Amino acid sequence: MNPRSVSTGLGLLIVGGVLAIALGADLLAPHDPFAQDLSQRMIPPSWMDGGSPDHLLGTDQLGRDYLSRLIFGARISLLIGTLTVVTSGLIGTTLGVVGGYFGGRADDAVMFAITCRLAIPLILVALTVVALIGSSLTVVVLTLGLLLWERFAVVARTTTMQIRNLDYVAAARAAGASTPHILIREILPNILTHLVVVGTLEMALAILLEAALSFLGLGVPPPLPSWGLMIAEGKDYMFFSPWVIMVPGVALFILVFGINLLGDGLRDLLGVSARR
Amino acid sequence: MKPVLEIANLSVGFPDGTAAVRGVSLRVMPGETHCVVGESGCGKSVTALSVMNLLPRGASRSASVMRFQDHDLTRMADRHIARLRGDKMAMIFQEPMTSLNPAYTIGSQMAEVLERHRHVSRAKGLDRAAELLEKVGITAPGMRLAQYPHQLSGGLRQRVMIAMALMCDPELLIADEPTTALDVTVQAQILRLLKSLQQQLGLALLLITHDLGVVARMAQRVSVMYAGQVVESATAEALFAAPAHPYTQGLLRCVPIPGKTPHDEPLGSIPGVVPRIGGRFTGCAFRDRCAHAAPACEGDIPTRHLSHDHETICTRPPA
Repeated sequence: MNPRSVSTGLGLLIVGGVLAIALGADLLAPHDPFAQDLSQRMIPPSWMDGGSPDHLLGTDQLGRDYLSRLIFGARISLLIGTLTVVTSGLIGTTLGVVGGYFGGRADDAVMFAITCRLAIPLILVALTVVALIGSSLTVVVLTLGLLLWERFAVVARTTTMQIRNLDYVAAARAAGASTPHILIREILPNILTHLVVVGTLEMALAILLEAALSFLGLGVPPPLPSWGLMIAEGKDYMFFSPWVIMVPGVALFILVFGINLLGDGLRDLLGVSARR
Repeated sequence: MKPVLEIANLSVGFPDGTAAVRGVSLRVMPGETHCVVGESGCGKSVTALSVMNLLPRGASRSASVMRFQDHDLTRMADRHIARLRGDKMAMIFQEPMTSLNPAYTIGSQMAEVLERHRHVSRAKGLDRAAELLEKVGITAPGMRLAQYPHQLSGGLRQRVMIAMALMCDPELLIADEPTTALDVTVQAQILRLLKSLQQQLGLALLLITHDLGVVARMAQRVSVMYAGQVVESATAEALFAAPAHPYTQGLLRCVPIPGKTPHDEPLGSIPGVVPRIGGRFTGCAFRDRCAHAAPACEGDIPTRHLSHDHETICTRPPA
């Protein structure tokens, strides 16, 4: 086995594992992630001094089981990652394909939209939205989904421009195909592989951004067990109990690392050269 | 007999000022192979594309007559012409390697044409596809239908393209250099196939090529194009027997004939390059490369009728 497929396999293993944990959270979590027990506050992980076998990764400042919160947090991260990628993917791909295929004015408009989007500071917009509407899971997903489409648009636009001049698009037109048919049936399937790769990158980015927003108090509201929120809540205690931020931090790192490995692997696997 | 395709005074210009086609007229009769021959950039592909209404954006087209069967193509709306494409008039492209969509199986791409124009079921489309694959000499059509383009060789793909063009029983088949991208033995097979299909189905074939060998074996009529104009038009026999235009004569001198062309002499060649033609060009476009150029070549050149179906644009009287 070459190192490439090893790293792809590792990525698949990590993402698959986190996905399984997120789906089976109800069965896997040893405790209720919301149950507070003030007599059990700040218990360190079981392998450290003062740890208890009942709380494998210890408890937080409100006595909630850290492992259970971590497990339920995977759900939030993946949910936000997936929904954001779907929303932004739809917006970006539509704009990119339209701009790339039609060119001219349509393309100018799409490029203008992309430039405008790039000029918008993400965190400031999120701050404003949260201030106006209040924070909730839906708000975070919509904010990220409506803002993270530009890479989809750029990639969809360039790949569409390459494909629209290929003979099979001309051949489809010569066989009487309509424009919507060409966009959806001839072009989209051939740029999908590129978009899937962008999708993995965007998913990793969305998960990190959610953590950042939650850390700033602009993301998912407490008491939901988001990994970013766990870091935020633990930051006051990190001097004497560093594991309160290390546990969710390492979890975030592993998930994003896994998604990136998987994305790299997919890029090699679905490489355009292999399809010609 | 009424021609299947009739074009008169077709002109195509591009936004950069290039006049790609200047007053081309040609007629394709039912069951006839009409070859358009000329070197790269002479406007032969642009002529074909303008018949199909597939010119690139920004190109401007005008013609006094452009008639396909009973359809006046100059007045038809784009979406009505789109309905004819792939149905009554079909086209085969030069590059079989890129003319098939890599994302779909052969069967799916072929059946789709029939579904689109005849509104039949996928199963019926696949039946018709299998029948045509057999007709174009592909063995085990059932297996090929389930394959993707990358699993097929260039020759096979061009056969698939031909079969796909025949899905709806077209009256006119336009083939734009269908054998250029193939190697010599496969070229011969594809040409033989086109010829036999044409005879079986009574197709009118508009064959675009730069290869006089292809013209010799395929054509009943020939239009020789140079710099956007048809400089000579004749039956194939008349053209090869008595080429009238100096450009045609030059082209024929460039082709070796086994047994006749001496081994120790270089082949003929035409000095110079094709000029870039803008909108206001007058006179003969070939005059800079022509051995017989005279002052009269800078004025308007009349069409000279050598016989009822042999005409040329040249000031020089026939020898």
